[in-house]
Amino acid sequence: MSLNEIRDKMQKEISQSLTILDNVIKTTKLPIVNEQKTNNPLWIDVREIDLRYQVPVKKIIKFFEGLREGKVLATKCPKCGSVYFPPQDDCPKCKISNLDWIEMPKEGEIVAYTIINVKPPSFSHYQDYVVGIARMSNGVNVLSWVRAKEVKVGMKVRLEVVERKPEGYLTYELVPMG
Amino acid sequence: MRNVAIIGTGHTKFGVRTDVNLQELAWEAVKQALEEANLEQNEIQYFVVGNVGNWSSEELPAVIVGEYCNLTPKGTMRVEAACSTGSAAIRDAYLAIKSGEVDIALVVGVEQMHQAPNPQVVELIGRAGGYFWEFENFGLTFPGYYALHASAYMAKYGMKEEDLGKIAIKNHYYGARNPYAQFQKEITMEEYLKSKPVAYPLKLLDSSPITDGAAAIVLASEEVARKITDSPVWIVSQGVASGTANLSRRTDFTHIEAAQIAAQQAYKKAGIEFDNAWKNFDVADVHDCFTIAEIMAYEDLGFAKRGEGYLLAREEQTYIGGKIPVNVDGGLKAKGHPIGATGVSMAVSIARQLLYRAHKGTQVEVRNGMGITHNVGGTGHYAYVTIYSTRRPSK
Repeated sequence: MSLNEIRDKMQKEISQSLTILDNVIKTTKLPIVNEQKTNNPLWIDVREIDLRYQVPVKKIIKFFEGLREGKVLATKCPKCGSVYFPPQDDCPKCKISNLDWIEMPKEGEIVAYTIINVKPPSFSHYQDYVVGIARMSNGVNVLSWVRAKEVKVGMKVRLEVVERKPEGYLTYELVPMG
Repeated sequence: MRNVAIIGTGHTKFGVRTDVNLQELAWEAVKQALEEANLEQNEIQYFVVGNVGNWSSEELPAVIVGEYCNLTPKGTMRVEAACSTGSAAIRDAYLAIKSGEVDIALVVGVEQMHQAPNPQVVELIGRAGGYFWEFENFGLTFPGYYALHASAYMAKYGMKEEDLGKIAIKNHYYGARNPYAQFQKEITMEEYLKSKPVAYPLKLLDSSPITDGAAAIVLASEEVARKITDSPVWIVSQGVASGTANLSRRTDFTHIEAAQIAAQQAYKKAGIEFDNAWKNFDVADVHDCFTIAEIMAYEDLGFAKRGEGYLLAREEQTYIGGKIPVNVDGGLKAKGHPIGATGVSMAVSIARQLLYRAHKGTQVEVRNGMGITHNVGGTGHYAYVTIYSTRRPSK
């Protein structure tokens, strides 16, 4: 399913519920429906928010440039040596900014995982997915999807840059080794 | 610093409460708490509203609740600490009294999660962590957070699915005896094992439900409490700690570090040794948003050694009559988890237990006069541990 098809499907569902609401208002002059189980009257909001946040990424734009080159980058404080992943450009311990950018090691080991069966609506167009946390060879953890049906704690994995389908943006995943 | 006591408690029926709106729901609990304390609203000097919101329509819940409950124009604020919001609200009122700023304060925790459709609630709770790195890209859900811990714990200590089931069965057993509980029905191991997967290894019957509910307490300084009641329940101490927003930045996935830190703080202030801490308490309410959370709570509170929490469940040592009764009000699992109300509900449960006012079949034997609540926000993003006693704290 393409992203537009997914959106169309969701919009269709919304439109159907709005049509029902319109009919209720037309017949009763009020947006009130009775809940099926209890028959309690509920006012259905006639206002809605369609909201997408805008998250500033200027300070860590190098991370996204790195993805384009197939690299997963972290930051490292030149003073105390702390490695930050997810990356951040401020070291709150040393109170300095403009940290060094380093590439995350490719190899790691699963320390925790789960399979998401009940998905949020915004992820409903994906099959059930595995989320894992891997401890990479530098001791820093990465949380991401694990591209495998069978996962175990202790399993060796490789960190890879991938294109997220169907949206088509670059992200990273853990892939079983061997 | 002054001693602070609970002098009134209020608790609504938890569950799907489409018969009332948010402020009406809060009023049910506030009214009960005021009546118990025998106080009028004008005697409340400050009130705190614990509410996470997002799923409910009112943007300023403290103001809406204040107006509806006739508490305006007293000072107020809305408190948010995820699933430990209720305990955070208690903390604010407790400190206000302890410091001498006010003498009487009211705490109300209220949440109405059913104002939004369930799928959207799943979406909103999933976003409650390190949003950008862990939700936006990888769609981690709230059960998923705890499922990560469950998988790590099982791999390290050899805990079985059935051990988690023991927690669910116990909490439903007591939920069936609590008229305020959302689920008043016992469950069997067979039903547990067959229940629908939510986030492996957690199933539907490992999970607390989406709930509407409110709870309230009136807190007073020692001087005022003495005048109002013969049976105050004192707040002996409270510990509070936090954890990283990104779960990936944790070093250990087999326990909740913030909860252990909070417990150590509370124990230190109360003069309780961490090892064998359970000996001090008649009853505990711990955060069992998922069954694995209760297992980890046993260890983070020092009720069991590291890696042995599941054995406490397996041996049924947390039923009434066991080593330490835990969640005998049904816990979040069966009583329900109206996020902003949960911490206050725990305080109400413990206070009523210590005063021998618990529901039939859920009352513990009170020997020490002391109980404890363990309330975790998120997956150890926040943690509050509070100790309550019928005996006046000496320090």
